[in-house]
Amino acid sequence: MKTYDIIIIGGGVVGTAIARELSRYRLNIALLEKEEELAFGVSKSNSGIIHPGTQMSPRSLKGKLCVEGNRLIRRIARELGVDFKEVGELIVAFREEEVPQLLDLKEKAGLLGVPKLKIVRPAWLRKYEPHLSREAVAALYAPTAGILSPYRLVYDMAENAAKNGVEIYTRHQVTRITPSGNAGLGGKPFFEVATPTQTFQARYVINAGGLFADEVSALAGVHDFKIRPRKGEEFILDKKKEHLTRHLLFPLPSKTSKGILVIKTADGNPMIGPTAEDGDDREDVATSDEGLRQVLAGVQRMIPSMSADDIIAYFAGLRPVAGDDFIIRHEARVPGFVNVAGIQSPGLTAAPAIALWVLRILKETGLPLKKKSVFHNKRPKTIHLFGIPLSETEKLVKKDPALGDIVCRCEMVSFKEIQGAIERGATTLDGIKFRTRAQAGRCHGGFCTTRILKILADAQGVPLTRVTKKGAGSEIVKEERGHD
Amino acid sequence: MIKRDLVIVGGGPAGMAAAISAYRHGVRDILLLERDQFLGGILNQCIHTGFGLQYFKEILTGPEYAGRFVKDMGGIPDIEVSLRSFVVRLTKDKELTVLKPGVLERIKARALIMATGCREKTREMIHIAGSRPAGIFSAGLAQKLINIEGLLPGKDVVIVGSGDIGLIMARRFVLEGAAVKAVIEIQKETRGLIRNLVQCIEDFNIPVYYRHKIAKIHGNRRIEKVSVVKVDENLEAIPASQFDIGCDTLLVSVGLIPENELIEMAGVAIDKKTNTPQAKALNATSIPGIFVCGNAFKIYDLVDAVSRDSAEAGRQAAKYLGATP
Repeated sequence: MKTYDIIIIGGGVVGTAIARELSRYRLNIALLEKEEELAFGVSKSNSGIIHPGTQMSPRSLKGKLCVEGNRLIRRIARELGVDFKEVGELIVAFREEEVPQLLDLKEKAGLLGVPKLKIVRPAWLRKYEPHLSREAVAALYAPTAGILSPYRLVYDMAENAAKNGVEIYTRHQVTRITPSGNAGLGGKPFFEVATPTQTFQARYVINAGGLFADEVSALAGVHDFKIRPRKGEEFILDKKKEHLTRHLLFPLPSKTSKGILVIKTADGNPMIGPTAEDGDDREDVATSDEGLRQVLAGVQRMIPSMSADDIIAYFAGLRPVAGDDFIIRHEARVPGFVNVAGIQSPGLTAAPAIALWVLRILKETGLPLKKKSVFHNKRPKTIHLFGIPLSETEKLVKKDPALGDIVCRCEMVSFKEIQGAIERGATTLDGIKFRTRAQAGRCHGGFCTTRILKILADAQGVPLTRVTKKGAGSEIVKEERGHD
Repeated sequence: MIKRDLVIVGGGPAGMAAAISAYRHGVRDILLLERDQFLGGILNQCIHTGFGLQYFKEILTGPEYAGRFVKDMGGIPDIEVSLRSFVVRLTKDKELTVLKPGVLERIKARALIMATGCREKTREMIHIAGSRPAGIFSAGLAQKLINIEGLLPGKDVVIVGSGDIGLIMARRFVLEGAAVKAVIEIQKETRGLIRNLVQCIEDFNIPVYYRHKIAKIHGNRRIEKVSVVKVDENLEAIPASQFDIGCDTLLVSVGLIPENELIEMAGVAIDKKTNTPQAKALNATSIPGIFVCGNAFKIYDLVDAVSRDSAEAGRQAAKYLGATP
């Protein structure tokens, strides 16, 4: 039986951020993910916003961790070669009566330590956000808001954690957690953690189970919170519309959500949404006609020239809601068990700060933390042709011809990039899409799916019929021709 | 910077007809860029017959039709074909940046013919609600998987839209032993050719639901069923009429869009509704010396007409260059 100091359950942004942070120390760590690939749960539908901390209660844990995470994530992005762009955000008021609410948000954000806030007026807005509706009367400007690719952050943090010794197991859904009584934290293995194929032992278990964090917690005997999925539908526009906004645009927030936003993304395509709808089904990620109507109405209030005709893709994600704040705590009743649950927005931003928070909790419980003599804090930046100037492409393609072999024409993704994604762990078409953007453009894979299918089957040494979109049961083609 | 008299982008039926015609009208320096590793474009996967009736007065398959042009071009040394060549940038001065395995080239053309074809509209463009499982294909992708790769995408098929590719694929799936459960068309009649409706749908007793649309796609990993709903004359759903059809595959055949992103980048005036160049005459654009032909200029029903009109583009380019036959 494999034994670890720490098992992290959940391979989303929270689990991988914790894994990378803990991999600085002399600890044996495993990360277990139930899906076929990392970032296939809550993280895959994250909008990629690095929030400045403007819309949170000054007393909340998530407010504190958001502001801290906004500072920390820049360094992580730099070290891992993830593109981070500080684009800034505008929270827009459309009536003079709403201006006091902006002032209130500014004051609260100021208490949390959000820097450089200012109220801007129509003259500023026309100059710096020219396509914004002329109805806008003022906005709260938070220049420290930024964007990055949420999946690439997860994959790159995981890759870096693995480089530093973390063992990652995908397709390992935890089915049993047995605390083995009173062995004591300093001593022998304390937990047995079972998946359908393997049983592990660990002194500590960290539950970053996202939508299923309550079920994981219940396996360990802690039943006192419930995750309720809150669905958000998002719609992605053609890259041609990138010029329509320069900042992240927010309306004034409502009780349950930040409203319908116009989001800039790391890849250039504007994204609009999300809706916010509470439900029970943790698998239901269907979009709806009603969601589209809501989103369009909200967006056109801000950018009147955005239209449904510009939509090239859409999806829904589920936020793991457990009350108003994050739940991050050591469960005294089950010594060694740490819950990191209810990590909805701003979970991506907060992830690095959550990791440090968890580290502090582990230290408090008496886990000895000794830094490794060598920690690899960097990884080479992954090349994306769409993200580099042609002069650089010219140099690179001479060295590596496969970079000049374009597979995905809409997003300009080369054979080399797809091969690289597979080498770094992609095993599905969605995994390749999230890492490279191949199949994510305006033709939606109409032209390139066949070739990617073949590249993946080749790399895995399996028949084409075994290649999946997102894991077992989602095979792309049913069978070869002429078979019964 | 490499200088060329005429550069043609696209090696499908339009680009090949334009190249041959430009040569016949006196152009002696022709470079044809094709991003795939073969000439012929989409014809390569159209293994059904019905091509060439007007142009060659013969009934040919797609590959046979393309093969005639490939052969003709092969006999003309003044046409240089560059495969696996992907144009990444185009300027109004007809400067092209071309990416190939191993090299990025800059080419300045005196005249340019864009024969970039079209792409299929997707499920996302018509905003079909529901989940996003495996098993949803554009009709053209399914055609490529079956005809080129020898794979059967699925066995219980629903087709949304009655464009020609969808109709042809209905028959193709039946011939491969799959069940085609329904064709769903929001209009009150087919948007494909009548001969395709008769030969591919009626002859195989495939039910067509006119004035219906797909309300929702179901299934998490693989598509399991679609909800179908009748629409009124304003194309609005009539909720009480909703019913489900089980399937493991959904083909989307709801129309084609000309691929004109490159000339748009160069500053050619584009009609936003049709994604075609705003043109006063056949194959013309707002920039003198940049011509557009084939499905990039407008969506054609028949390849024969593409060949005819693209040959005209070759003549127009020759005239622009001052060439004499």
